[in-house]
Amino acid sequence: MSGNKSETGGRVKLLLVDDEEAYVSILSKRLAKRNFDVTTALSGTQGIQALRKDEFDAAVLDLKMQDMDGIEVLKIFKKMDPQMAVIMLTGHGSEQAAREGIQFGAFDYLTKPCELEDLVEKILQATHATRTAI
Amino acid sequence: MAGSGLPSTSNGYYRSLTRNMVLIILVVSVTPLILISGTIGYYFDVSYHAKVLEHLQVLIKKHKQNIDNFLNEKLADIGLLAKSYTFDQLTDEAFLKDRLTLLQEQYGRSFVDLGVVNDQGIQIAYAGPFRLKNADYSKAEWFTKAMHTEAYVSDVFHGLRGLPHFIVSSRQDYRGKKWILRATVDFEAFNSLVENIRIGSTGFAFILNKKGEFQTKPRFEVEAAKEPYVDFLKYDSTPLDDVVVLEKADDAGVEKIHVWSRLKNADWLLAYQQKASDAYAVLTQAQKLTIVIFLIGMGVIIIAAILLAKRLVRHIAKMETEKEMMNEQVIEAGKLASIGELAAGIAHEINNPVAVMVEEAGWIRDLLDEEDLKETANLEEFKRSLNQIQTQGHRCKQITHKLLSFARKTDPTIKLVQVNEVIEDVISLSQQRAMYASVKIETNLDPDLPKVEASPSELQQVFLNMINNSLDAMDSKGGTIEVISRVSGRFVVVDVADTGAGIPKSNLQRIFDPFFTTKPVGKGTGLGLSICYGIMTKMGGDLTVNSAVGLGTTFHIHIPVPALLNDGEILSKRV
Repeated sequence: MSGNKSETGGRVKLLLVDDEEAYVSILSKRLAKRNFDVTTALSGTQGIQALRKDEFDAAVLDLKMQDMDGIEVLKIFKKMDPQMAVIMLTGHGSEQAAREGIQFGAFDYLTKPCELEDLVEKILQATHATRTAI
Repeated sequence: MAGSGLPSTSNGYYRSLTRNMVLIILVVSVTPLILISGTIGYYFDVSYHAKVLEHLQVLIKKHKQNIDNFLNEKLADIGLLAKSYTFDQLTDEAFLKDRLTLLQEQYGRSFVDLGVVNDQGIQIAYAGPFRLKNADYSKAEWFTKAMHTEAYVSDVFHGLRGLPHFIVSSRQDYRGKKWILRATVDFEAFNSLVENIRIGSTGFAFILNKKGEFQTKPRFEVEAAKEPYVDFLKYDSTPLDDVVVLEKADDAGVEKIHVWSRLKNADWLLAYQQKASDAYAVLTQAQKLTIVIFLIGMGVIIIAAILLAKRLVRHIAKMETEKEMMNEQVIEAGKLASIGELAAGIAHEINNPVAVMVEEAGWIRDLLDEEDLKETANLEEFKRSLNQIQTQGHRCKQITHKLLSFARKTDPTIKLVQVNEVIEDVISLSQQRAMYASVKIETNLDPDLPKVEASPSELQQVFLNMINNSLDAMDSKGGTIEVISRVSGRFVVVDVADTGAGIPKSNLQRIFDPFFTTKPVGKGTGLGLSICYGIMTKMGGDLTVNSAVGLGTTFHIHIPVPALLNDGEILSKRV
C-alpha cells in the first residue's frame, strides 16, 4: 500500500483541502517548494473526488468550509483511506471540534494562521508515523 | 442606587396597591367585629334597660303596698280602739292616755297623740304632748272630710302645732250624735318609709297629694307641676294597682326615669324618679369599656393592616424590581452574546486574509533565497520588510485569538491553569482602557506560582471584572492598579488594589449582593461582583475586600491549590 503512495520518489503526496483559494494556492506553492507533491481541493466535495482518483500520504483539512462540515469530510476520508494521515486546520476557539476530529482518527490539528514550518513538521511526523506503523 | 427602594415611576401604583390592601384587610376584619359587637351591644342594652325598669317597677309596687299597709294598719288600730271602748270611756283623759301609752308601746312613736272630737269640731278629750284640749277643728278641712267617712286619713299639714303631720280618724255614733276618735301619726316615722327608697346617687321617692303637695320630704327639689304624672293625679285614669314607668327628658334635656303608683285609694301618688344616666351607670360603664376595647382593637387592626400591606407591597416591589433587573440583564446578556458572535465572526474572517498575507510574505522570502535578487543591494531591506509583515501578521493573529477567547461562550471546563498567564491576558485586554483613563496597571507576580485547577474563562471573567471595577472606581485624575499574585497557605491569592474612591462601610456589607450597584441606572447591573463571588465560592475559593474611603480598595481573590497532587501527577492527568 505504502509503495503506491511513495511512487514519486519518496516525495510525500499531500491533499490540501480549504475553500480559501488564495490560501490554498500560496500554501501549495510553498509546500511544493519544500518537496511535497501537493494536490489542492477548494471544497470538501472536491477533496473527496480527488481522493477517489488518487491515493495520498496525508491530507491537510480546513474544518470550516462552506459546502461541508470538516468533521464530516474527515469521517469520509477515514472511511475511504484509513491509512491516510489527516491534519486539521481550525480557527482559534474551535479547538473543541478539532479534539473531536482526533477522536475520529485525525493525526493532530493546528490553529490558523499557522507557521509553515510547524505545518511541515506535523506532516512529516504524521507520514512517518503511518509509515512506521505499517 | 438600583436594587434599593421602589422605582419612582411606579410609586403611585404601589401606593394605591397598599391603600387597597389596607382597605380590604380593614373591611374584612372590622365588618364582622362591628356586626357582632353591635348586635350583642344592642340586645344587651335593650335587655338591661328592661331589667332596670322592671326592677324599679317591682320596687315601687312593693313600697306602695308597704305604705298602704302602714296606713291601713293605723286606720285599723284607731277603728278598733273607737269600737272597743265607749264614748264615755274614751272621753276620760286618763283612760285615753293609757290607750296612747299602750299604742306607743305596741307601735313605737308613730302615734303622737289621741283625741276625741265631737260633732261641733271641738276636741273634748286629748292625750299627748300638746295642749290641745278644746281645740276647735270645725274649720279644718280634715274634720269636714272625716265627718263624711267612717275611716279617714288626712293629707299632711301643719295645722295648729306648726309641724308636719297627718291625722287618722274613726267616726262613731253616740246617742245619735257623731264623734271622731283621731290620732296624729308622726311625720318622721311615715316619711322614713318613703325616704328609704334610695337607689344610686339620684334615685329617690316621695308622695304627692291630689293638689300636688308633698306628703313626704323629697330628697331633691322637684317641681311636681311639671312632672309627667300630674295628669294622673287629676284624673283617675289608671287602675289602683298599676305601676307606671316612663322615661322622659326634662326641660334641661336630662333624661329621667319616672315610676309612680297611686296610694290611699288614689288620693296620693307615690312617685319615684332617677336620672337615666345614674340608673344605667353600670351599663354605660360597660359600654365605655367596650368602646375602649373596640377602639384599641381597631387601632391594632389598622396598624397591623398597614404594616402587613406595606411589607407585602415592599416585597412585591422588590420582586418586580428584581424581575425588571433580570429582564435588563437578559437583554444585556443577549446583546453581549450577539456582540461576541459578531466579534468571533470578524476574527474568523480576518484570520484567513492574514494567513494568506503571512504565507505570501513567506513565499517571497522562499523565492528571495534562490533568485538573483540575492544580489540586489536592497536584499536586507526586503528581508526586514518581509519579517515585519510576518511579525505584524502574528500580531493580528494574537489579537484575533484574544478576541475569540473572550467572545466565545464561558467554558466551565476545569483545566490546570497558570494564574499568572490568565492575569497577563486580562491585563493586556484592559491596557487600552486603562491608558485612556490615565490609570497605570502594575503587576507583581510570583514566578513560582503553582498551577491551579479552574476554568480559565471563569478566572478571566473574575479578573476582568475586578480590573474593570477598579478602573470605574478611579476619578478623572487616574491612578494606579496593582495586581499581585502570591501563595498563601493552600491558596493562590490574587490582590487587585486600586487607588480609587474607596467603598463606604455601609456599602461594603452589600457589594456582593445581587443587584447592588452604585453606578447610574443603565450603567451597572449589580451582578458582576455577585457572579464573581459565586464563581469563587463554587470552586472552593473566596473573594474578600478591604477598603478605605479616599485611599482605595483591594479585592483578594483566593484560588484553591489542589493539595494532594504534585506537579508531575497534575501534568500526567492533563494529557
